[in-house]
Amino acid sequence: MKEIVIISGKGGTGKTSITAAFAALANKEAVLADCDVDAADMHLLLAPTARHTHPFYSGHRAEIVAANCSQCGKCVPLCRFDAITSGPDIKIIPSACEGCGVCVHECPQNAITFNEQRCGEWYQSDTRFGSLVHARLDIGAENSGKLVSLVRKEARNLALAEQRELILVDGPPGIGCPVIASITGADVVCIITEPTCSGQHDLQRLLALTKHFEIPTFLTVNKWDINPEMTATIQQEALKQGVKLLGTIPYDSEVTAAQVAAQTVVERGDNSAALAITVAWNNLYKHLKLINTTP
Amino acid sequence: MRLSPPQTTVQPMKLAIASGKGGTGKTTLAVALAQACLSPVHLLDCDVEEPNSHLFLTPHFSKKQPVTVAVPQIDETLCSHCGQCADFCQFNAIVALPKQTMIFSELCHSCGGCIRICPTNALTETDKPVGTIERGQCDHITLVKGTLDVGQAMSPPVIRAVKKQHDPKYLTIIDCPPGTSCPMITAVRDADFVLLVTEPTPFGLHDLTLAVETLRQLKLPFGVILNRCDIGDQGVVNYCHQESITIMLQIPDARQVAVAYSRGKGLLDALPDLKPQLQRLLNTISQSQQGGQI
Repeated sequence: MKEIVIISGKGGTGKTSITAAFAALANKEAVLADCDVDAADMHLLLAPTARHTHPFYSGHRAEIVAANCSQCGKCVPLCRFDAITSGPDIKIIPSACEGCGVCVHECPQNAITFNEQRCGEWYQSDTRFGSLVHARLDIGAENSGKLVSLVRKEARNLALAEQRELILVDGPPGIGCPVIASITGADVVCIITEPTCSGQHDLQRLLALTKHFEIPTFLTVNKWDINPEMTATIQQEALKQGVKLLGTIPYDSEVTAAQVAAQTVVERGDNSAALAITVAWNNLYKHLKLINTTP
Repeated sequence: MRLSPPQTTVQPMKLAIASGKGGTGKTTLAVALAQACLSPVHLLDCDVEEPNSHLFLTPHFSKKQPVTVAVPQIDETLCSHCGQCADFCQFNAIVALPKQTMIFSELCHSCGGCIRICPTNALTETDKPVGTIERGQCDHITLVKGTLDVGQAMSPPVIRAVKKQHDPKYLTIIDCPPGTSCPMITAVRDADFVLLVTEPTPFGLHDLTLAVETLRQLKLPFGVILNRCDIGDQGVVNYCHQESITIMLQIPDARQVAVAYSRGKGLLDALPDLKPQLQRLLNTISQSQQGGQI
């Protein structure tokens, strides 16, 4: 079994549209996972029907029981996250609390409770391209990295149960906690970038990260024709760093039209983006056959 | 309604530029607003995982300071291997074995709890670098850029370090990270006003609704900027209408914007006519801070 994680560094380069198109092209060989739990969008194209919905509990949150609080204020300077307001009424700002438990431990009145926190939900769903594991982080909730790890673990379990060869993961933007949780231990990373100064800058940081974790990395340049010179530069730099190129995808308004129609772009028949994505997928598929598989 | 007199300078305030979805034009707008401003302005790039504002401003950075977080270090000669620190740590950053206590500093949230709880004072805090902040000047714009070190997971400490550079004497524009979880919340928290940049597509709409719920929970005033307003569908416009959210500016999709952006040129290079609109936008928000209506 092979797990492919699609990430981008910079947001909005087309990760989700391309991952969904890959899902369509995978011909039901793959279990799908949406690890952009902060702003999950793949379900908008895949119209999943949830088979199972599970709550996601992770971490704790401190809360002051007003009746027991003597207003001594000892907790205020102890909180490293400025989550406790000193005002006339001592209060914990829920969205700032990181759940460390220091205030709970130090409160002389034992006036602070520390309950496990519901942080979101995750789902096992059916789609027209196979099973999808996805999640929704609650508003203002912490622990997106843990939810990402959970989604990946459950996708793997499902792939084993259904005897699928592939796991296709739509990853989050950036290079921080949820990205690290998305790529550690994956078989390959496929980066979608765009030929812009920002895309190029963010790609360099992302390549440093995939190198740090020693994950084989592939690259696709989306909307390559916005700036052909920069596309060429990006590809040359990537090649020098040992990245394999999967091809380029042209700017095509059909990608947005497909999104509006809740379809993947390859389901809209012949269009230049769909053709290029098909080429990229076939290249990736060929490479995957050559990589040693994980059990 | 009495019209406010036209203003040439905008009152100092903290204006955050955020979005649920990435790539909707946060940085583009943040930079253009700073450029359109007639008086000195501070631009804080809080998208520390992938900071990009400097690419469009090319400032001369004068200072680079490390951002550190306090993590525990252990003196094994003092450690009694009682394991209380590992039990206390909510982030699994300490593993206590019978004859060894191991610290995984990349998981540490720097709460200081283990130090306080250790009965033998075997733990002390040491500074671990996690990123940098730089300060630079480009015409009337002071840019503060935060950069998370590659391989570090937690961006909020770097975001907080950038925000500490806030100077209340100036209009401050905060370029926020995408999403709606800890990094975004750390960046928008305590802003006077938030502009949510979105695009009129199903992805744009879905992520906008998440961002709106987040800002409502944080009780922050906000308005929407509709970028590439002529692509996609009517979903965002209908949603904003239903929810009584003001769309404060619509920016058309233009190939010259995409091409200029790809070369590191700003929105105002491609669409110079937008400048007075951005100035009016800043004035409207500034007046709303003094009790005016949006």
